[in-house]
Amino acid sequence: MSRLSGLLGNKVFSALLIVAALLLAPKILNTYGVLVLTEILIMGLFAMSFNLLFGYTGLLSFGHAGFFGAGAYFCVFCLLHWSDSLWLGLLAGLGGAAVLALVIGWLCVRRDEIYFAILTLGFGMMLYTVAHNWRSVTGGSDGLGGFTFPVLKLFGWETALANPKAFYYLVVLVVVAGAVLLMRIVSSPFGLLLTATRENHQRVAFVGANVRSVRLLAFVLAGALAGASGALFALFNRIASPEMLHWSFSGKAVLMTILGGSGVLLGPAVGAAIFFVLEHFITSYTTNWMIFLGAILIVLVLVFPSGVFGALVQRLSRSERGGSNV
Amino acid sequence: MEGFFFNVLNGLSWGMLLFLISMGLTTVFCVLGVPNFAHGSLFMLGAYTAMQIARWSSFWLGLLVAPIVVAGLSVLIERFLLRPVYGRNVSYQLLLTFGVMLFLDDGIRLVWGPAYHVVNPPEILAGVIPLFSQTYPVYRLFLVILGPVLGVALWAFFSLSRWGKIIRASAMDREMAETVGIRVPVLFTAVFAFGAWLAAVGGALAAPHQSVGPAMGEQIIIESFIVVVVGGMGSFPGAFVGAVILGLVGSFGTTLVPDLQMALPYILLAAILLARPTGLFGEAP
Repeated sequence: MSRLSGLLGNKVFSALLIVAALLLAPKILNTYGVLVLTEILIMGLFAMSFNLLFGYTGLLSFGHAGFFGAGAYFCVFCLLHWSDSLWLGLLAGLGGAAVLALVIGWLCVRRDEIYFAILTLGFGMMLYTVAHNWRSVTGGSDGLGGFTFPVLKLFGWETALANPKAFYYLVVLVVVAGAVLLMRIVSSPFGLLLTATRENHQRVAFVGANVRSVRLLAFVLAGALAGASGALFALFNRIASPEMLHWSFSGKAVLMTILGGSGVLLGPAVGAAIFFVLEHFITSYTTNWMIFLGAILIVLVLVFPSGVFGALVQRLSRSERGGSNV
Repeated sequence: MEGFFFNVLNGLSWGMLLFLISMGLTTVFCVLGVPNFAHGSLFMLGAYTAMQIARWSSFWLGLLVAPIVVAGLSVLIERFLLRPVYGRNVSYQLLLTFGVMLFLDDGIRLVWGPAYHVVNPPEILAGVIPLFSQTYPVYRLFLVILGPVLGVALWAFFSLSRWGKIIRASAMDREMAETVGIRVPVLFTAVFAFGAWLAAVGGALAAPHQSVGPAMGEQIIIESFIVVVVGGMGSFPGAFVGAVILGLVGSFGTTLVPDLQMALPYILLAAILLARPTGLFGEAP
């Protein structure tokens, strides 16, 4: 038993277990299940990228959907006008969002705490406004769609992505790559600097680090990953629409993170799954789902500040420690 | 020249509403330290409640009663939801008020439906009056005049009255205020209710100015956040000047650069941030 929990405690082992489960899932699930899992994974990457800022750097962004949506638009725009390559489309989403995050982040990291939340909210809504009103480029409120769905080409091997299962594997690939990247970031010296900035930015400044550029780099990384997840989301839905940039969409990332727990890397992804299940369960009874969402958020903040999954992990690690004492 | 004058009036009438909302937002933030995301929802609740009362009896009764109802509700919000999170990380306070906002916004939609409603101004303020060669709605002129009057009243309240001084003292130094015998928990509840009351007064006044609909809270909370950042958080003149600037930017933007109009507040925000990160009237942190 102790050997099993030791194995589960091993990060590499549990990561491999998760990847194996994700790869095997389509063998068990029907098409609907695969679609659900695809959406959860995409939103999970979005929420995890948000949590790089919130959980690790201590910056609450209310405009993160701006980069998610921008990634969606850049990807679709690239597929429509420049190239039919899937990889270029994804790269356009990621790169475009990163450039936007660089400019907006440069402005936003001038202030922190509440001001940072307000500024990101404002600039995120600016991106929404652009997407909503610049009809000739973004298609306005109709969104940008109608692209030919790209074919996955890898080392001469081709497969049609229109098949939900094939697309699912692409999503698994990108999301796992994103999660591994995030894991590497938070355990790197730079990641420690992020956590240090969260705990006490003055001390970080005292030891000679440039807090502003540390925060800016985190902002750009988070924006780029949000852009990549947005690009996937646009491919998944066959359209990029202005709602993807709206602040209520940023609110979703916040909620998923709070649901899952901001202290654990995979917490927000678990939160995305809980969010999805809750949303579908509640909307099958009532259309007023936001009222429940608000109530859930209030209860979470008051009762489970470390998230459902985070509380579970804390509890497990506490009982493990308690067990070793005996 | 005429167009210019009308733009100024339009900008001022919207700016006056923004001022009321931003004033409540900034007061609550200064004293309680809580950035209230739900402030726009309280504004919207004020507008809907005033509309309902105006349908039953009169606009004036709505203007009087709706803010009291909203302030009463916000006493409950402060007492049971906000109080447990004081002293916690500011992010959680923001998230809590975000939850309250979602709850209120959807609750309003549940009660009144998603449609837009029109509220007629009261008899005495209805219609238009001739101004230059055109006509102008009386109600907007009423707002333009009311704004500075309310501004002076608020200024007098904060600088001259005993309660205003207590509020300012607590905003400056909470612990010191507690030491000299101010009952801070009661004060917090009162200030939160006062902010909500201001928001609801703004909502009741806004009802005949624009249509009452489920998106009005969202628009105003973003604009008032911009106002307090532009003016400087916690600054009374900052809230006034910021609101007037944003109102004018809106009205001139609509006529001069209609394509850019929606983006102008954010461009203003970026410009202020580069030139004066603490806002026009804000002090260096």
